[in-house]
Amino acid sequence: MLKYIAKRVVAAILTLWALVTIVFFLVRLLPGEPFTSAKLTAEVAANMNAYYGFDKPLWQQYLTYMGNLLQGNFGYSMKYTNKTVNYIIGQTFPYSANLGIRALVFAVSFGLVLGIIAARKRGTKIDFFCVIVAIVGTSVPDFIMGAVLQYFFGIKWGLLPIAKYEGFEYTILPSVALGFYTLASVSRIMRSSMLEVTSQDYIKTARSKGLSEMRITCKHQIRNAIMPVMTMMGPTVASVLTGTFVIESIFVIPGMGKYYVDSITNSDYSMVLGMTVFYGFFLVLCNLIVDILYGVADPRVRIGKR
Amino acid sequence: MEDKILELKNVVYSFHTYGGEVKAVRDVSFEVRRGEILGIVGESGCGKSVTAQCILRLNPEPPGFFGGGEILFDGKDILKMSNKEMRKLRGGDIGFVFQDPMTSLNPTMRVGNQIEEVFLGRGVDKKFVKERSLEIMKQVGINDAEKRYRQYPHELSGGMKQRVMIAIALVSKPSLIICDEPTTSLDVTIEAQILDLLLELRAKMGTSIIIITHDLGVIARLCDRVVVMYGGKVVEKGLVDDIFYDTAHPYTRGLMSSIARLDTKKDEKLSPIEGTPPDLFAPPVGCPFAARCEFAMDVCKEYPPETYQVGEEHETSCWLQHAYAPETVMRKKNAVVLEKGEAKND
Amino acid sequence: MAELSKEMFVIHGKDLKEMENISRPSLTFWQDAWRRFRKNKTAMLGLFIIALYALLAIFAPMVSPYKFSATDSSAMNALPSLQHLFGCDSVGRDQWTRVWMGARVSLSIGLVSALVNMCVGAVIGGLCGYYGGKLDMIVMRIVDILYGIPSLIITILVMMVLGKGVIALVVALCIVGWIGTCRFVRGEVYRLKEQDFVLAAKVMGVSDIVIILRHIIPNILGMLITNMCMAIPGAIFQEAFLSYIGVGIAAPNCSWGVLAKEGIQYLRIYPHEILIPALIICSTMLALNLLGDGLRDAVDPRLRGTE
Repeated sequence: MLKYIAKRVVAAILTLWALVTIVFFLVRLLPGEPFTSAKLTAEVAANMNAYYGFDKPLWQQYLTYMGNLLQGNFGYSMKYTNKTVNYIIGQTFPYSANLGIRALVFAVSFGLVLGIIAARKRGTKIDFFCVIVAIVGTSVPDFIMGAVLQYFFGIKWGLLPIAKYEGFEYTILPSVALGFYTLASVSRIMRSSMLEVTSQDYIKTARSKGLSEMRITCKHQIRNAIMPVMTMMGPTVASVLTGTFVIESIFVIPGMGKYYVDSITNSDYSMVLGMTVFYGFFLVLCNLIVDILYGVADPRVRIGKR
Repeated sequence: MEDKILELKNVVYSFHTYGGEVKAVRDVSFEVRRGEILGIVGESGCGKSVTAQCILRLNPEPPGFFGGGEILFDGKDILKMSNKEMRKLRGGDIGFVFQDPMTSLNPTMRVGNQIEEVFLGRGVDKKFVKERSLEIMKQVGINDAEKRYRQYPHELSGGMKQRVMIAIALVSKPSLIICDEPTTSLDVTIEAQILDLLLELRAKMGTSIIIITHDLGVIARLCDRVVVMYGGKVVEKGLVDDIFYDTAHPYTRGLMSSIARLDTKKDEKLSPIEGTPPDLFAPPVGCPFAARCEFAMDVCKEYPPETYQVGEEHETSCWLQHAYAPETVMRKKNAVVLEKGEAKND
Repeated sequence: MAELSKEMFVIHGKDLKEMENISRPSLTFWQDAWRRFRKNKTAMLGLFIIALYALLAIFAPMVSPYKFSATDSSAMNALPSLQHLFGCDSVGRDQWTRVWMGARVSLSIGLVSALVNMCVGAVIGGLCGYYGGKLDMIVMRIVDILYGIPSLIITILVMMVLGKGVIALVVALCIVGWIGTCRFVRGEVYRLKEQDFVLAAKVMGVSDIVIILRHIIPNILGMLITNMCMAIPGAIFQEAFLSYIGVGIAAPNCSWGVLAKEGIQYLRIYPHEILIPALIICSTMLALNLLGDGLRDAVDPRLRGTE
């Protein structure tokens, strides 16, 4: 088990390094000089370049940046001289994390339940309903989901607030909009995985032991069927996270996603670089946690025998 | 005390599929006596596994369903039992050993827990359960039981897994064990060990055993009586010696001559049965074996054969025993019609 | 009931021909897959919707009296009517023309990038899986590392480097998109080449090229096509997402992402500007998903011969 964890950690560190390198050079490739505003004189621009280290060779900039990163410094904004990336992250990340966790909890719990019920009641109306929810859910992009929810629940029926983030009722629509796609894909995977497990030999063994249906479903079916859902948790976290970019814009939530999109629109490249790297860190960390949990859940993975 | 522990009477079992109904088991009857080992032999797809699983109602329903018949265990009809009674029967009175130990154990549960699980909901003391599990593990020849108890299936070899399967079937001291091809996926040496184990268990605990196989070697070594199945039907049944030395059905004869024996001469050819078993989507009206039978007659194709008693324990379903039939090696002297063919009832 | 007669008891032995008569008709893999696909009503519905939308995307902008980028100040935010079937947007552009023009862009981006990803991934994955060795080791290390990187983030940055536009979008979607296919194909090829029928072909001295063409490709083609079909909605999603956050395609050019972005701004007052494009986008996704599911079920070798 320790060996397995160590392997995953090394892989995660390598991935991170590749990520930072790729992102760093991509951002440096971006067209346009950072200080080309007409108001700036050549002299000031040169000073600014020197201040930010843009006059140094690229490899030196890279090393400096890596050094800063290792100290936990993600960089600064070029538009707002007083704001560092760390400060912005500290301000906005709690909103995004709050929204993301709500969406994930909503999506995974309801997705699992729907998938399990559908598989247990295969071929009935309940199953049909669950399948419809799943297939519709995976067909609606989250910004459209957000807009449609806003239109009906907020504007037409006036049931829920559609902007800002100041209390429980404010969190419902964005969480649902953000989580619905995930809910649908979790329930699809869970359903087909449950059906697959149901035809396995060890389920017959369990039945031949005279166990109750409840016990067979929980201990033998769900326990094994949940594995494919766990492998998709890494990509799922990533998709929820990128979903926050648009959902936060639509619902005017002062989170990191909204800020990220604003930075792209404003061409605040150093901010984009810093936040991208932070997102990368966060996702790689999530993947690592999922991998380790997967190792705990499935004894076969630990010795690399799958 | 009733001599028969289990009796199947005219059991019919089918599956719904897109192509229509597949009749996997067609009018099968046989019995198992206390303390005996009964072998069921036949080719792949002849319905032997389905028959075995019928006894514990383990076939998936739907698409499977019973088309008729009775299965009496200790005189009680299994087909009329409630789910609760069924659960008591499964794992309690009847143990089941599956064909493929590689896939028949839950990969995410420790071996020990899988054995102990049998006692769940039976109101047995926890401490006793663990003791009993370790005891049975030792009994089926799992060394180092304490350590194995905490391992996962993928950490065990194939032979060990099959021993675990047997331990699961035996842990509650059932009066009947059904083994569905217990050694097919194992090495020959392991197979011998497992078979010895079954014999030893019968001797010690007096358990009745049904063993399903396509391997006549296993039958010869283990069984008291044999049921030969073909195309979803019982074609011949009798004591092991009847079947081997006094064969009364061309199919059984074919089985015998398609295996190599110690006394098979070097240049003597084995004669396999040509052709394939009948398609159970549309089973033939007459004898299922007619198309492949070297003794086939017109009557075989058109009418299902009558069942004849040819020895004290020996029965066969074949027209060759009919009074009109020509003299062949199959002919037995004292053949008595037990059950008229359907032809007579129309 | 005819009585049994003595004539019926004459031995004439085996009749192997009769046995062949009762066996089921044999179907080739593709015949069987097509049979199952045709039976699948939802998948056929998906196919129908996609075909319809594709035809509309090709012809609707051609026959429309309006140009997709032409503004008309007298028809700003017009509601759907006979003149403007889907109404007009905030600067008076005809939505019907724009929706199908957007379909052209979005569908072709989806199709092209899925196709490119499939080809690149299949070739690299196939080579790695079939030949193994050092090449495989090096490529797989790289792929493993890239796989851990959130692809959308890289895509956003690549888009920012390349600038807005259709070609740039396809390139950006393909830079990381092939990795999934590559892993999948490598695994399948690796599994297949260990199988007995490939070993048998090798023992008979069949060349690598023939083995790949005859044994490997036919066995993975079905799943590959299914994968591709499932990848198209993914690519359309990403296009819409990128356009939405402002790095994909920008007005007056249009794609479904652009239409959604513009429509959402007028959600409160003119809901038709978002709801109609949303309906078209979602039904396309739905159709592609249904089609993909149907294909998957049709080519799944485990389901052969069943419903």
